Amino acid sequence: MATTTPNVLRAKTVDIGRLSGRLRQARLPWIPIVVLLLILVCAAFAELIAPHDPLKINVLNRHMPPGESSEYLLGTDSLGRDILSRLIYGARTTVIISFVSLLAGAVVGTVLGLISGYFGGWVDAVVMRCVDAALGFPTVLLAMIIVVFLGTGTINIILAVALTFWARFARMTRGDVLAVKTQDFVTLARITGVSTPVIMWRHIFPNVVNTLTVISSLLVGQIILLEAALSFLGLGLAPGSPAWGIMVAEGRDILLEVWWLSVFPGLAITIVVLAFNFFGDWLRDTLDPRMRQTQ
Amino acid sequence: MQKYVIFRVGQGIFTLWALTVIVFVSVRLTGDPAIFLMPIDASSKADYEAFQKQLGLDKPMVVQYGIFLWNALQGDFGTSITDRRPAMDILASRLPATLQLAAAGMGMAILFGVPLGVLSAIKRDSIFDKIGKIFAVVGMAAPQFWVAIIFILVFGAIFKVLPTFGRGGPDTFVLPAFVLAWSIMAGMMRLGRSSMLEILDSEYIRFARVKGLHERLVLWKHALRNSLVPMLTFGGISLAGLLNGAIVVEVVFAWPGIGRMLLDGVQARNFPVVQAAVLASGFFYIALSLIIDLLYAYVDPRIRYSE
Repeated sequence: MATTTPNVLRAKTVDIGRLSGRLRQARLPWIPIVVLLLILVCAAFAELIAPHDPLKINVLNRHMPPGESSEYLLGTDSLGRDILSRLIYGARTTVIISFVSLLAGAVVGTVLGLISGYFGGWVDAVVMRCVDAALGFPTVLLAMIIVVFLGTGTINIILAVALTFWARFARMTRGDVLAVKTQDFVTLARITGVSTPVIMWRHIFPNVVNTLTVISSLLVGQIILLEAALSFLGLGLAPGSPAWGIMVAEGRDILLEVWWLSVFPGLAITIVVLAFNFFGDWLRDTLDPRMRQTQ
Repeated sequence: MQKYVIFRVGQGIFTLWALTVIVFVSVRLTGDPAIFLMPIDASSKADYEAFQKQLGLDKPMVVQYGIFLWNALQGDFGTSITDRRPAMDILASRLPATLQLAAAGMGMAILFGVPLGVLSAIKRDSIFDKIGKIFAVVGMAAPQFWVAIIFILVFGAIFKVLPTFGRGGPDTFVLPAFVLAWSIMAGMMRLGRSSMLEILDSEYIRFARVKGLHERLVLWKHALRNSLVPMLTFGGISLAGLLNGAIVVEVVFAWPGIGRMLLDGVQARNFPVVQAAVLASGFFYIALSLIIDLLYAYVDPRIRYSE
């Protein structure tokens, strides 16, 4: 008797079997997946893939148009740096900044959402008013204030981006928690004396994972665009760093003569954001078709 | 309704208050505001102390914040460091340009987004629908600053058909307004298409057809009228977001609005001007969201009763 646990007492977790079955059935969006893998590989192995040092200045070879030399496939910039290599290293910048800030925003937002939804009362009221306030600010403006007052640099951009996006996670998580916490398995866990942190982590959190995955994948595109815009405005990394937004800005004034400086990095941003958007749409339709309407 | 209005207005005021605290604390966190705010020609120690007193920096923090808030409420954001004009005057001179650009962008989004969305629903899966989809999807993914640069290259430099710099006659609005509006237009198209498809599938449209009404009348009168609601709602929500995009667009097109004032202020570390621009655009953003939410609650009773 004591050895068998009643079914209802087991934590209701994500049904991995059914989930992967649904993923298998769906037609995979191959093009976005290949693009995203390519970007990840570039980011991880930039040293091995890039034909040149992205920071190496060679003024003799400046403004070389793309295709003219097999050594510089996409041409060189005003300081003779290889555009292709800078693009590859730029992928690393983009991936690091967007993923770390997404992770930071997601962790803070999810924890606050869990606490807010589970405890309710004045805790909920305080957290939700902060969420309303954060969602009430224009994102670029908020990111700008942070970067202006804290200064530029990787950490500060990550902070700025995370601070503008955590509230979305908090709000969505709270909504899911409210729906889950009244279910029998949570009540029973509480009655049997399971401690509150364990209930929140083992019994409630697994039910929120789906939603978190979907919002994350839909937000990555926006985060990349925000980071690129900050870099373009000179509020991102140090000038000269291999970041796509900075590269577009570097070519802006000499666009007529050397169009390739701005065109290629902008194209890179567009393609990556497109890939993430398609992938996010597909993930949402597969994992959580109900979200179609809320989007 | 009354309860909802009070709740929502209170929330808007709270957000605005939080913004003033962020600005106030940020300026003081980064160092001595007297150094940031002091006129550039005042450099002696006596000047510095006098200025500190003038700013009230010898008083406790809470009192300082009170003074800051009181001044801001009266529209006094201090004096610009670079040209000694009150920051409020600069703000007032820049505001019309931004508002006009936002209005032009919104107008363009509605003017093109609505009919294009309806047409892609009517001509579903046609070439037109496919091109429309590409247009929408790219509009949501391409960074505004880059689209702006490419347009300047194509329309300004290669074909030389449109001005690309500054604000003047109606033709100077075309490129910046379009860049600002593209992603909203894209959202409207997709929303318009899906809601139109849903409506075309409904009972009353089928009935209207069975009744023998002319197809054109069915589409443009019966169906369009109902699919307009979600599109216009989306437009309203995006209006606040236009202010977001305005910063980048104004910088690229040298548009003399608040966004450029903000960035210029940032680069010159002209803090009074930055404070004024941040608080003003924050105010507009919050006020617009508030108005739209209230209008929406007025139209849709489910919202005002759910709180």
